[in-house]
Amino acid sequence: MGKKRLHIPRWVAELARLVLLLVATSMVTFVLVGLSPVDPVRQNLGQATYAQMSDAQREQLAAYWGTDTPIVTRYLRWAASALTGDFGQSLRFGRPVAEVVGERFANSAALMLTAWALAGVLGLALGVIAGSRRGGLADRAISSASYLLSSTPTFWLGLVALMVFAVWLRWAPFGFSVPLGVDAAQVGWAQKLRHLVLPALVLAVANTPSIALHTREKTIEVLASDYVRFAESRGETRAQVLRRHGLRNLVLPAITIECASLSEVFGGSVLVEQVFSYPGLGQAAVTAGLGGDAPLLVAIALASAAFVFVGNAVANVLYTVIDPRLRKGVRRG
Amino acid sequence: MDSKRDDARTDYGHEAHDHADHELHHHHTHAADSRHPGGHHLLQVENLTVAFNMYDPSAPFWRAGRVHSEVLHDLSLSVHVGEVLAVVGASGSGKTVLADSLMGQWANNAEVKGRIWFDGTEQDAESLASLGGHGMSMVPQGVNNLDPLMRVGDQVLGAVRTPERRARMHQLFIDYGLGAGAERLYPHQLSGGMARRVLLMCALMDEPRLIIADEPTPGLDLELAVHALDDLRSFADAGGGVLLITHDIELALRVADRVAIFHDGTVVEETGVGNFVSPDLLRHPFTKALWHALPGHDFASISNEEVEA
Repeated sequence: MGKKRLHIPRWVAELARLVLLLVATSMVTFVLVGLSPVDPVRQNLGQATYAQMSDAQREQLAAYWGTDTPIVTRYLRWAASALTGDFGQSLRFGRPVAEVVGERFANSAALMLTAWALAGVLGLALGVIAGSRRGGLADRAISSASYLLSSTPTFWLGLVALMVFAVWLRWAPFGFSVPLGVDAAQVGWAQKLRHLVLPALVLAVANTPSIALHTREKTIEVLASDYVRFAESRGETRAQVLRRHGLRNLVLPAITIECASLSEVFGGSVLVEQVFSYPGLGQAAVTAGLGGDAPLLVAIALASAAFVFVGNAVANVLYTVIDPRLRKGVRRG
Repeated sequence: MDSKRDDARTDYGHEAHDHADHELHHHHTHAADSRHPGGHHLLQVENLTVAFNMYDPSAPFWRAGRVHSEVLHDLSLSVHVGEVLAVVGASGSGKTVLADSLMGQWANNAEVKGRIWFDGTEQDAESLASLGGHGMSMVPQGVNNLDPLMRVGDQVLGAVRTPERRARMHQLFIDYGLGAGAERLYPHQLSGGMARRVLLMCALMDEPRLIIADEPTPGLDLELAVHALDDLRSFADAGGGVLLITHDIELALRVADRVAIFHDGTVVEETGVGNFVSPDLLRHPFTKALWHALPGHDFASISNEEVEA
């Protein structure tokens, strides 16, 4: 190619991709809301109340929920104000969307990051142990537990955990992020943490198996590689090989797996928050979806898309920092 | 290893046989500078048979039965101090299994029979594996055998990181003309020639007595390959032993002292390169056929009757 290629800085390209992703996400969300068979007016008021209302009241409510406006018009209106930074009012909560999402996000972030870190560390460790003792007792135990757990529905896992640890053993509180009947503002950190532990553990346990199994595969691959065989032929012990070559070559796949698991943790949090009545983003998403609260649903979808995107972007940056083959300037023809 | 068999033969009083160089003994003849210090070979392999017990790869998946596949069959060879012995055989004929066997790297489903001596001491699987990096070193094929994420200096140095070894590593980089800057390179930044030298340095780092080189010159034409093996030649001349595994008979005749012809999982003839001047000096029909197929000879094709004869 004789023509000089236009050089676009990496971060500009990434930013453009993010914008495209967000636009597409908002469109799809609005389309889904438009196609939804749920009538938000009836859904949010209840059949009895709806039946007792006058036509004028119904029209007023239809206007409030936007059911009288075509979805394209609603999207364009929303997009116009979103461009100015105003994401609108949540119809269900009666408060600005940004406020609701911000508050819920803070709750969820604590839950998800705890679960993500826990699942990441646990999954990585178990995967390396299983992979380096392939076929052994530890491997068989870890692999079968992983297959069993990954075929277990997350909500069921949550229910069982609630039954065992909250109902029978009374070790953990029964759901929610604060004790019942107490002003949320008065609740201390210790109480919040107590309420966080069980849902975070369930979310972590639900996400550990896939990380462990992926790491196991990668470990086996690395240990079967030519460079590991060569190192062993030079008299390096299995432990030395794992430390010198194994960990080094597992860092990159581990980053990929961990960052990919962000989206799985996000998806899992919707179920777990529902089971534990934990007031996080996931629970708000369910409320917004079932209640036809389009502005809130879109905002949540955008927040989660941005969250996962940033996770993957961080992974890409880390690759170039860690892998000398991807580093700029050292590449040779 | 089958160590019970014939214990009386364990101490090989080699010189007691008092043989001339051209005389056939221990399945081989000598080259001019094959030596036996201490009265034994540096490496001696007797009747090595390696078979794999595995599922029949040609049968349908669910009905595949266990088959016994013999890759090496009754193989014998010897490496003397100061010489390069080339094991020459077609690609895919089990030469790498031979290299792995000598390094004590056997798959779990391998069945191994035969006896191997290193420097006069009989070995078993465990002791062979522990010789790796401590007397016996491997020079593998290519850059794939280097960790892509580790600087080559660290790889040459290896797991034992004493100051003495570090100094030796620096010296090796200087001796082999790569310079100190090369220590900080990653494998993907090496040229083919540099990678070959780095792999050799990995072996030399551990100060071996025997080097096993498995196809160390892939993709090089004859002249370049001969040149690339100069370093192995000088290692042998300095008193080491080299077992060079290759598919290239011309290369073997140019750099080796003796050649072991590998065919159907066994060594059919082990002889000095000097005997390749005339087919009459070669014993086995396959070797004779190989001679005829060499360029500049009469190019007779290797017919099956001739081989089976």
